[in-house]
Amino acid sequence: MQTLPETRELTYMQAVTEAQRWALETYPEAIVFGEDIGLPGGPYGSTKGLRKAFGERVFDTPISESAILGGAIGAAMRGRRPIVEIMFADFFLVALDQLVNQAANVRFLSRGEFTAPITVRSQQGFTPGSCAQHSQSLEAIFAHTPGLRIGLPADAERAYTMLRAAIASDDPVIVVESRALYQQKREVRLGGPVEAVGGARVVREGSDVTIVSWSRMVGEALTAADRLAERGIRAEVVDLCWLSPLDMGTVLDSVRRTSRLVIAHEANLTGGFGAEIAARVVTDGFDLLDAPIGRVGAPDIRVPASPALQQALMPNSESIVAAVDRLASF
Amino acid sequence: MEPLLAYRHVRLIRRFEERLVGLKTDGLILGSMHLCNGQEAIPVGACACLEQRDALTVTYRGHGWAIARGLPLAQLFAELQGRASELSGGLGGSPYFCSARHGFLGENSIVGAGVPIAMGAALASYFDGSGSVSLVAIGDGALNQGAVHEGLNMAGTMRLPLVVVVENNVYSELTPVRDMIPTATLVERAPMYGMAPATIDGNDVDAVESAVRQAVERARSGGGPSLIEAHTERLVGHYDLDPQHYRPAGEIEDAMTREPVGRLRSVIGDAEADRIDDEVEQELDAAVAASHNVPFPTTESVTEHLYA
Repeated sequence: MQTLPETRELTYMQAVTEAQRWALETYPEAIVFGEDIGLPGGPYGSTKGLRKAFGERVFDTPISESAILGGAIGAAMRGRRPIVEIMFADFFLVALDQLVNQAANVRFLSRGEFTAPITVRSQQGFTPGSCAQHSQSLEAIFAHTPGLRIGLPADAERAYTMLRAAIASDDPVIVVESRALYQQKREVRLGGPVEAVGGARVVREGSDVTIVSWSRMVGEALTAADRLAERGIRAEVVDLCWLSPLDMGTVLDSVRRTSRLVIAHEANLTGGFGAEIAARVVTDGFDLLDAPIGRVGAPDIRVPASPALQQALMPNSESIVAAVDRLASF
Repeated sequence: MEPLLAYRHVRLIRRFEERLVGLKTDGLILGSMHLCNGQEAIPVGACACLEQRDALTVTYRGHGWAIARGLPLAQLFAELQGRASELSGGLGGSPYFCSARHGFLGENSIVGAGVPIAMGAALASYFDGSGSVSLVAIGDGALNQGAVHEGLNMAGTMRLPLVVVVENNVYSELTPVRDMIPTATLVERAPMYGMAPATIDGNDVDAVESAVRQAVERARSGGGPSLIEAHTERLVGHYDLDPQHYRPAGEIEDAMTREPVGRLRSVIGDAEADRIDDEVEQELDAAVAASHNVPFPTTESVTEHLYA
């Protein structure tokens, strides 16, 4: 008998847990490991209960990011389907070799004889008081690396759906969650068909300006769209979801409707992935534009811990509204 | 290992690499190569202990390991020429030989990166119950990389079926290993990771085989990981064009008195050795000739295998 999908209200964090529970139930070869993710259930609780339910297939590792990522690669090359956690995206930097030099090359160098179907979960972004090494947004590094896939879910539904897509994929996929969103709730349809990795979506329709965003900034873009609507400006909001593979079709279709584009992300502006989208829109859709492309991102600073400074400096719905307003004169 | 067979294997690896120097001079191979002249006894002795189901990762100085693991010579020659080999299809070249069919998870240019990956292969064995063992060969220099310590610590903590063979060839690239470590030996780090230690003459095929067999049996029976320090000497540079100005005069000549090919030749006698030499040359002639029939890759091949 086919079981019907069940819809439940879940926090973003619970959605992450449910996607991993689905993986452990669906794939006998799935294993889940990382720092503090077993008995403690994860530093934020995103693996809560999995150890109890699945025994040693869910286990704690030493504080060893290279061993976690390299171990996942080796296990994947030998038939396992590892789902591993890097506690903070900042910690990727101590083990970047295993993703950029190793995981991304497994299929390429073996002509597909070896594959590394690993899913790497992490979380990033600033939250009040978060320190300099626990707050960076580093997605551009992975989007820059052929062989890797990267997605950044913007809400609980996306977290569940995208993580399942990542786990089902036979490529190394990085899913970077947003710590700031962990307690946000949303209806999530559990079970159901598994999506493929990739694909952006229009989360709000509009005709005057397109705001392209991902992760936490999608929510800010929606708030900005509400404020703009009060002034009669109809903003369309695109959640890019995945930076690799990149769905430029959805972005260009939206710009075709609106003729104006603002790209908003939490990462530093210089070299941020927004620059890539801007360049592609100019290259492939120059005639669609009635105004220069606006970009919103963190100023090129280290993230300050002070909540007062974060509020003043980090991008939010107000900076998106300001960017849209700058385009109005064209 | 039976001495005639041991001689045949070490001689094949030596002559394979000497052929590469010739192919490079002829312009058929481009790019640098890291040759293992002098170190042949280690892969020959170690691979004799591995079964089909076992996993192997090595470093960029891995031609000898690939040959000892049974990767086809013609395909190795083809890969080195950038042809569409059955290995990496010309996408990898000298330092990235790999073959799933041979349980050869690959060479690696990042000297210590293979340790966590091999640990992961051992982790897979732990979960799939296949009883397979994972062997990783690294150099003395790699033992100072962070990823190695992380992999060893996790293997030791989980008692994974991992065998680490450290090829101590005296030099960490261009610098003597004694200047790079605070301890008298490398192997004394093993107990810190709960690994069984062994130190062997890496130029003696039998010594290598004996130590690796013991470690493999320990790993397979759930006894946990081992670390073997195999002493050897590099008869050539770190890479093929290395002028080796850093090596004292007479050092290589001295090492020649201990290297495995000559050593085994003296055991089996010149007559048998000459006969085997002829067979090896014929085998290599045929492999080189066959490699020239392997086509060059198409440009599409660079994107065909990026993603599933």
